[in-house]
Amino acid sequence: MANDKPFQPFRNLNAKIASIPMILTALVIFVGCTLWTIFYSFTKSKLLPKLDFVGFDQYERLWGTRRWLVSIENLLIYGSLSLIFSLLIGFLLAALLDQKIRFEDTFRTILLYPFALSFIVTGLVWQWILNPDFGVQHAVRSLGWESFNFDPLYNANIVIYGVLIAGLWQGTGLVMCLMLAGLRGIDEDIWKAARVDGIPMWKTYLFIVIPMMRPVFITTIVIITSGIVRVYDLIVAQTGGGPGIASEVPAKYVYDYMFQSQNLGQGFAASSIMLLTVAIIVIPWAYLEFGGKRRG
Amino acid sequence: MADSQVLTDTAAVTGPFGRRPKPIFSRRNIMLYGTLIVIAVYYLLPLYVMVVTSLKGMPEIRLGNIFAPPVEITFEPWVKAWSEACTGLNCDGLSRGFWNSVRITVPSVIISIAIASVNGYALANWRFRGSEVFFTILIFGSFIPYQVMIYPIVIVLREIGVYGSLTGLVIVHTIFGMPILTLLFRNYFVSVPEELFKAARVDGAGFWGIYFQIMLPMSLPIFVVAIILQITGIWNDFLFGVVYTKPDTYPMTVQLNNIVNSVQGVKEYNVNMAATIITGLVPLTVYFLSGKLFVRGIAAGAVKG
Repeated sequence: MANDKPFQPFRNLNAKIASIPMILTALVIFVGCTLWTIFYSFTKSKLLPKLDFVGFDQYERLWGTRRWLVSIENLLIYGSLSLIFSLLIGFLLAALLDQKIRFEDTFRTILLYPFALSFIVTGLVWQWILNPDFGVQHAVRSLGWESFNFDPLYNANIVIYGVLIAGLWQGTGLVMCLMLAGLRGIDEDIWKAARVDGIPMWKTYLFIVIPMMRPVFITTIVIITSGIVRVYDLIVAQTGGGPGIASEVPAKYVYDYMFQSQNLGQGFAASSIMLLTVAIIVIPWAYLEFGGKRRG
Repeated sequence: MADSQVLTDTAAVTGPFGRRPKPIFSRRNIMLYGTLIVIAVYYLLPLYVMVVTSLKGMPEIRLGNIFAPPVEITFEPWVKAWSEACTGLNCDGLSRGFWNSVRITVPSVIISIAIASVNGYALANWRFRGSEVFFTILIFGSFIPYQVMIYPIVIVLREIGVYGSLTGLVIVHTIFGMPILTLLFRNYFVSVPEELFKAARVDGAGFWGIYFQIMLPMSLPIFVVAIILQITGIWNDFLFGVVYTKPDTYPMTVQLNNIVNSVQGVKEYNVNMAATIITGLVPLTVYFLSGKLFVRGIAAGAVKG
């Protein structure tokens, strides 16, 4: 409609004024700042950003740093397990709540409340529960099982699973809610038809309902993954990246290099890689979700 | 009278009607509710441990079991966490962080919602050339990891002279709240019947007139959803707090982390847990009071993109 008319800068002026904050945010922050960071990731910036180009040096150094490799490995382990388990647990919980049970609201409130808490609070609580001298390990040992060993936060090999426990506790409620909304969107007649045909319930879920919920699953996966790439506060609160560097993640690497080691170039390069990771996930999804619609 | 007549008639014709009542303690029910109760207990356990630990004295914690209820209830850890716990050289407790968080959250929530609602309204009813393009950038921008943008924003804030102040942090929260809030309001205003808008136009109402007299009164529920979303989001923020403020203006989450994870001094687990629960209290209260609206906010957040 507006496209047919000649350019009239003062037409609809109020709407344009009202949109100034959005336009500034979109252009200056989201486009401008992102390009700025990518641009400066090719420089030798240390304490202050400066235009001293070094090509891909920062990236080479990044992939040669052990701490970054550990961070990426942790992100992959934490990310894949967190994705699988939160989808699995979230869906199972939603399916349980969808059985026309009583007190559904109460159960849902209980399962979702951790999501209202910050990652800092989550991390600190689980740090306390997993504390080997006072927490679960101590409690089981004092029941008589003296050799019981469960100290994920003090064992470099399994620390990331300790973080996973906390992350799942905080985040599965959200997945459950999304899945429950998806299940409620399935037509009741489909259930009736499946029952008439004598298809067992688990088969109905697996072969009829889940394929029908494909859009819900895709949206949920995109939300979970973009959250996983950002994971930062949880690590800071629960382990501080320790023991040693065993539970470092990329987001923490970025922060530490930018604001503590005064090595901006490394921070910019690392954050650009984070952006690339998200882009690899979001762009195909956006293409499927919106590109497909426009064609169809 | 007439209704009951009809009811008895139907009953007389078909016998007892409705579904046959199921036994309450069927095997299926026991399994189902048993599983749900076990899961609910697991989810509640951390909250329970937090509360219980914060009410014990240190000697009891050293000797006992974290899952055991307190033998002697003491509120001292709460008092200490609120007004005496140390971060670095400051020993005035979490209260400072609490008031900082209040001073950050209140203006951030108001400003971000005011801007985003007008914005969503403009996008829904007053489209202009390019408005959809900016909106698309905004939505896709919300997927960009914050780490990519935090440093250039430091420079921008320093240039306009608000780096390190609460004002700076309020601006940052307004910026990063914009994608989701704009989407929320735009989708809501799009669903308002267009005839209403046209009728107001015919009567001579302009951009602001329609917004304040028609759209605003109609959209109170969506405002409540937005407020819930923003209060919990901003209160729980850690990254922006630690990047854009100084120790004097640290929000509560940052201060809490500094108190609990400080390496100096003897660890007082009861004070730590009291501090943790005090920090979680605001979003928890919002959550339990808001109920279904919170879920609606999440669902709105989920469809972003």
